[in-house]
Amino acid sequence: MSEPLVILEAVRKEFPKARQSALEGLSAVVRPGCITGLVGPDGAGKTTLMRLMAGLLVPTSGTIRVGGLDPIQDAEKLRELIGYMPQKFGLYEDLSVQENLDLHADLRGVVGAERTEVFGRLLAFTDLARFTDRLAGKLSGGMKQKLGLACALLGHPRLLLLDEPGVGVDPISRRELWKMVHELVGQGMAVVWSTAYLDEAELCAEVLLMNEGKLLFAGQPGELTGRMKERTWQIRGAAGNRRQLLARALRRPEVMDGVIQGHTVRVVLRAGAERPDLGELEAGPGAEWTAVAPRFEDAFIEALGGGPGGDSVLAQRMRPVTNEGGVVVAAAGLTKRFGTFTAADNVNFAVKHGEIFGLLGPNGAGKSTTFRMMCGLLTPSAGTAHVLGMDLHETAGLARQRLGYMAQKFSLYGNLSVRQNLRFFSGVYGLSGERQQAAVAEMVEVFHLEPLLDTSAEALPLGFKQRLALACAVMHEPAILFLDEPTSGVDPVTRREFWTHINGVVERGVTVMVTTHFMDEAEYCDRIALVFRGGIIAAGTPDELKALVAGPANANPTMEDAFIALVQQHSTDGGAA
Amino acid sequence: MVSWRRLRALCRKETWQILRDPSSNLIAFVLPVIMLFIFGYGINLDSSAVRLGLVLEDHGPEAVHFAESLTRSPYLRVRPAATQADAAADLTAGRTRGFVVVPGDFGERLQRPTDEAPLLVVSDGAEPNTANFVQAYVSGAWGGWQLQRAAERGEPPPAGLNLDARFWYNPSATSRNYLVPGAITIIMTVIGALLTSLVVAREWERGTMEALLASPVTRAELLLSKVLPYYALGIVSLFLCVGVAVVVMRVPFRGSWWVLWGIGSLFLASSLGLGLLISTTLRNQFNAAQAALNAAFLPALMLSGFLYEIRSMPPVIRAVTMLVPARYFVTAMQTVFQAGDVWPVLIPSALFLGAAGVFFLGLTARKTRRRLE
Repeated sequence: MSEPLVILEAVRKEFPKARQSALEGLSAVVRPGCITGLVGPDGAGKTTLMRLMAGLLVPTSGTIRVGGLDPIQDAEKLRELIGYMPQKFGLYEDLSVQENLDLHADLRGVVGAERTEVFGRLLAFTDLARFTDRLAGKLSGGMKQKLGLACALLGHPRLLLLDEPGVGVDPISRRELWKMVHELVGQGMAVVWSTAYLDEAELCAEVLLMNEGKLLFAGQPGELTGRMKERTWQIRGAAGNRRQLLARALRRPEVMDGVIQGHTVRVVLRAGAERPDLGELEAGPGAEWTAVAPRFEDAFIEALGGGPGGDSVLAQRMRPVTNEGGVVVAAAGLTKRFGTFTAADNVNFAVKHGEIFGLLGPNGAGKSTTFRMMCGLLTPSAGTAHVLGMDLHETAGLARQRLGYMAQKFSLYGNLSVRQNLRFFSGVYGLSGERQQAAVAEMVEVFHLEPLLDTSAEALPLGFKQRLALACAVMHEPAILFLDEPTSGVDPVTRREFWTHINGVVERGVTVMVTTHFMDEAEYCDRIALVFRGGIIAAGTPDELKALVAGPANANPTMEDAFIALVQQHSTDGGAA
Repeated sequence: MVSWRRLRALCRKETWQILRDPSSNLIAFVLPVIMLFIFGYGINLDSSAVRLGLVLEDHGPEAVHFAESLTRSPYLRVRPAATQADAAADLTAGRTRGFVVVPGDFGERLQRPTDEAPLLVVSDGAEPNTANFVQAYVSGAWGGWQLQRAAERGEPPPAGLNLDARFWYNPSATSRNYLVPGAITIIMTVIGALLTSLVVAREWERGTMEALLASPVTRAELLLSKVLPYYALGIVSLFLCVGVAVVVMRVPFRGSWWVLWGIGSLFLASSLGLGLLISTTLRNQFNAAQAALNAAFLPALMLSGFLYEIRSMPPVIRAVTMLVPARYFVTAMQTVFQAGDVWPVLIPSALFLGAAGVFFLGLTARKTRRRLE
């Protein structure tokens, strides 16, 4: 094994005014010639660690050596050694592709004949040669990402730091970038790639798995998933309701974690536990266990102490929503233009009572725009949006009483306390007096908010912010729940807990519409629509969509495979604008 | 410490950004012209053509003669009324700012040289400034008429002081001539402090600063790359404003151009320094704009002596104005425009502006870190 390029010893970082330290005594190494994945949810300390290695922050204690240099003492020499792409790529949006490259080349002293040669190589490598005159702000997410990478690569860095390069980028571009970075490590570069996507972790040669400033695991991802060997199973061919089956499975002590995957239920067993009897799980006569490959996420959940169980206290408290039958949410020819840009283009779908309907697509595809039109927050340029048979632009007030909305990034009032947020949102939804007090008290109990009642919302840990946002959206017992990227950035255990609640309330008759860019979360949905560049390119149950792309090359495709194949089909059909 | 290649690259980048960003263009080129015209034409501290009611109770030749002379005055627009009650009604309704009553015994009392002033002047005390104008204009007209009458009759002029007022440096006492130099101060403040504080904060917000800090750029290059392009922009804007003021608005300019350039550079140094200090400390466009407005724009508007006379402020506030760089620039600009290169006024102003520039830029240099904290 090669000599490590970066050595971290007991690195600790504290920020003034923070509740806990951002990094707690982290020791690890980064080796040249491979990709080291820095993996963890938001708030894990990934960006802090990146910045420490880049000499942009000073560690509170501990030592860092990058190529033998101290990032603070030898800052000038260090900068010749590293290429750094910050989040959002660090590009000047009002400069063209060529001007961005020129700037970074001048800053890094890439001049003369070398410069011509390097530009030619990088432009060919990133496939940006056709776009050199285009302003960086007018590039798609994927192209920005490649330009950011090209800028970071100028001046032959030995260490390349990429901070969340996959955020805001469609899955196809993510895969392309991944291939490009693989070529680089082949030339002996050390690459640190930070990500919140656990499926990316499996592709790294080495991973540093982090959560809340602590290092949970360092090593090869296979070593971690290897611990889960023979513990991951799928229940196939089960009869009846798969959400209830999952809940029953999660109640069993042998089961550590479980998720819905299309028509099957995937279960992770505790170490040394036997599979529970399918009869006892009431899975039906045709049900059978099938072994499936363990995933990195399974190991992460075990490292965090296992999943949350299958019962939603929230759902148990909710009154059942009476079935009003048929379609409750419908979009017809829904279109939204912002100037010359069409954010949503002729979107059509219908959601039936008691369904989970998902909009799946990368950031910027038009999910949130569609969503905001459905909730009456944006006026469509064309087409109609109906909720419970009401047009939101005519009966907005009446319709909004019956729907709950959880906005992207949790639209809580950061300066208000938890108690004040609960009171405010219940008031906004028309609760008052005893009903309001009862509703607030119930949410406090269900989501264990009692000790945090007087904490301001912005100071809450991410998981509690998410719980509070959900509480605010469901307090008035809506018939329809709109959830916009509800699990973005949170750790997998909190995500499980969240889906347990969603599954629970759906069983009580609530209809749920959800957007997500996590491909695997789409599996929880009864039906999903794939959104790409403003339009729906395919819709159906998760199994139907996966079946569309299954073939001899890939008999058992994942949701991401399906998405990529469908986008490519769509583009070659000439359908993409 | 400074690599010319890197500095040139950064300055070029900054220039492209200024030219391509609509909001920078607005602040640097459109706003100055609008402000120049607002202060030049929209605000006028002279009260020309005051509307005045006139009640003639005496219809004799003397009274009519006096009424004619009032009507001819360029400072008054006379609105005749039949009775005092009508004139009072016009005043109440705001149709006039005051009225003059020529009493029935006007002609009679004029014949008796020992008698008292026979005119009644009523003005609107709710607007003291205008009321003073009414009184001053009417007594001016009255004095003028008496002199003229005496000359026509071949009599010696009436006894008492004979005032002959002349306004030096601004002979027509046009307020535009001193408001425009003040307006240029405001414009320089906006470009220097507001624009720079926004652009640096924007770099922090968009994450481009982080990318720069991870490159081999030095502190001095970082600072100079922000100072030089905005200094150039400010100087271009200064000469543009002075050009428009002199050529289009016909404001006299009596000083020399190189003095204007020198004083302008010193003021820009202090205002760029303040803008950079704000954005380096706050790193957020909204907060930076708020801080720049409060720390630079409002003092320049209210405490520089440009709109409000410093000598009429309470002593505490007067002491505060001593620390406002804009105050010294206003003084210097008004001097250069209206009086010329008057060194006893310009040198102290230049010294203070230079000191303020060194202070703010020095503090910014100290606060500029090569790291994120």
